[in-house]
Amino acid sequence: MKVEQISVFLENRAGRLADVTRTLAESGVNIRALSLADTTDFGILRLIVTDHERAKKALKENGFTVGRTNVVAAEVEDRPGGLHAILTMFSESGINVEYMYAFVQQSGKNAVLIFRFDRTDEAVEILQKNGVRIIPGDEMYNI
Amino acid sequence: MVFDVQKETLPRDELEELQLKRLKYLVQRIYHNVPFYHQRFKELELKPDRLRSLSDLKYLPFTEKQDLRNNYPFGMFAVPRESVVRVHASSGTTGKATVVGYTQRDVENWAGLMARSFEAAGATRADIVHNAYGYGLFTGGLGAHYGAEALGATILPVSGGATKRQVMLMRDFGSTVLCCTPSYSLHLYETALASGISIEDLKLRVGVFGAEPWTEEMRNDIQNKFGIKALDIYGLSEIMGPGVAMECIAAQEGLHIWEDHFLPEIIDPESGEPLPLGEKGELVVTTLTKEAQPLLRYRTRDITRLNPVPCNCGRTHYRIERITGRSDDMLIIRGVNVFPSQIESILLETEGLSPHYQLIINRESGMDTLEVRVEVDENIFSDEIKHLQRLEKKIQTHIKDFLGVTAKITMVEPRSIARSEGKAQRIVDCRKL
Repeated sequence: MKVEQISVFLENRAGRLADVTRTLAESGVNIRALSLADTTDFGILRLIVTDHERAKKALKENGFTVGRTNVVAAEVEDRPGGLHAILTMFSESGINVEYMYAFVQQSGKNAVLIFRFDRTDEAVEILQKNGVRIIPGDEMYNI
Repeated sequence: MVFDVQKETLPRDELEELQLKRLKYLVQRIYHNVPFYHQRFKELELKPDRLRSLSDLKYLPFTEKQDLRNNYPFGMFAVPRESVVRVHASSGTTGKATVVGYTQRDVENWAGLMARSFEAAGATRADIVHNAYGYGLFTGGLGAHYGAEALGATILPVSGGATKRQVMLMRDFGSTVLCCTPSYSLHLYETALASGISIEDLKLRVGVFGAEPWTEEMRNDIQNKFGIKALDIYGLSEIMGPGVAMECIAAQEGLHIWEDHFLPEIIDPESGEPLPLGEKGELVVTTLTKEAQPLLRYRTRDITRLNPVPCNCGRTHYRIERITGRSDDMLIIRGVNVFPSQIESILLETEGLSPHYQLIINRESGMDTLEVRVEVDENIFSDEIKHLQRLEKKIQTHIKDFLGVTAKITMVEPRSIARSEGKAQRIVDCRKL
């Protein structure tokens, strides 16, 4: 039920992000979703890609520090209050969202939310109990 | 003016006679009272009576900073602990400090030598001394404090920090003598301007600056900005603290090392051999009068030369040239001694950090800044920013706790620290010295 996300440590300087995308392009890896968190000195690029093993290998070979995290991808109807309904479930159960990002699918009907939780298994349970569809990894990589 | 005319202007032969007398007594004391020296003499098959003239000094063993650390905390004392009235310390690796003890007479001698130094700077009992050296285990604050009192001047124990308030006090109290690091004086200047205090409102006329390296250009800059005479003072806590050597206002060219209390030598730092008088090398100091913690041939690691040319101030004590460098990699940041190895061990002790780091030192509006760049490898990388920031904070706290310096920690990508011949360039000192 979990999705593999890779993360890359980046110094805040011009061209560093492009170095990542070039590496991915050259190894034929496609990006499914991404988010970039930044501080004054560094950034963390989080990616869901078509082939995380290959992406990780290529990035490491090019000298990047690469991490790997399990995240949860949930699908919600693309309408006002869609995200709010889900966040309410977590806040009522005291589950903390470490970070999240989202994108809208091409069909335009549904939105995909990517979550990183402090207590992942419990969060998955709550989503399932409430009938929220969780996108499995294999489906996510090929979305 | 000369504080102790009799001692400061002794003819050379009489001064050397006094030095030899004191040195012989010193060697007896350390041989019999300090196990470390007793052992060292035994290893070298030396007896105190080997010393017959000052030139025999070269046969006696050196003392290194590491020897003080190995005998932490009180192992170097030559007197019972009960006779020690004060202890100072400087930062050391992993929190182990270099400790210095003083008897009542040591404390009095120190105050006298600092008073002598103030007088060499042209200060008198009519002066108001603004002392911005840090008070505490560091010798700077209390050293200058008791020296100014011994001189009879009015001392303002301001210590470090709260710069804006310092400038106000300087103006309101009419301070005439400023004691601090040269870089802090420039910071005070900038702060004065920024808070609308005109330099004309200050009554400063002389500055006694030390505890960090500076240049002739920086001296000119300070003199022009404040309209004062800026003088160089030298000291190190292992030997005593500030007041080991002081520039005189009459010549303003080199620092008189108080030779009735400290015996200077200049050696080749590689071979340890004494160098001919006047040549540049590492300063080695033997304490002639220290009771609690006398040191034999202490290697200061400071690079300078001895100038035997008589000074027009009338003092006969040789002058050392402004310190131009170190024979080791010690950095002086805002007056605090920092060895890269100390930062390295702090990093290694902070879980999972790779030994790849770089220290970048800058001087921004007169103040030294230290940046520690740490390479982020997979052991410490997290995709959550708060984890990395927590780690930055942890390193910063450890450095502050152990060394007393606030460092900016910057996380950098692996292999981004320039390596030459496989070895990382550890120190980038951008200060123009």
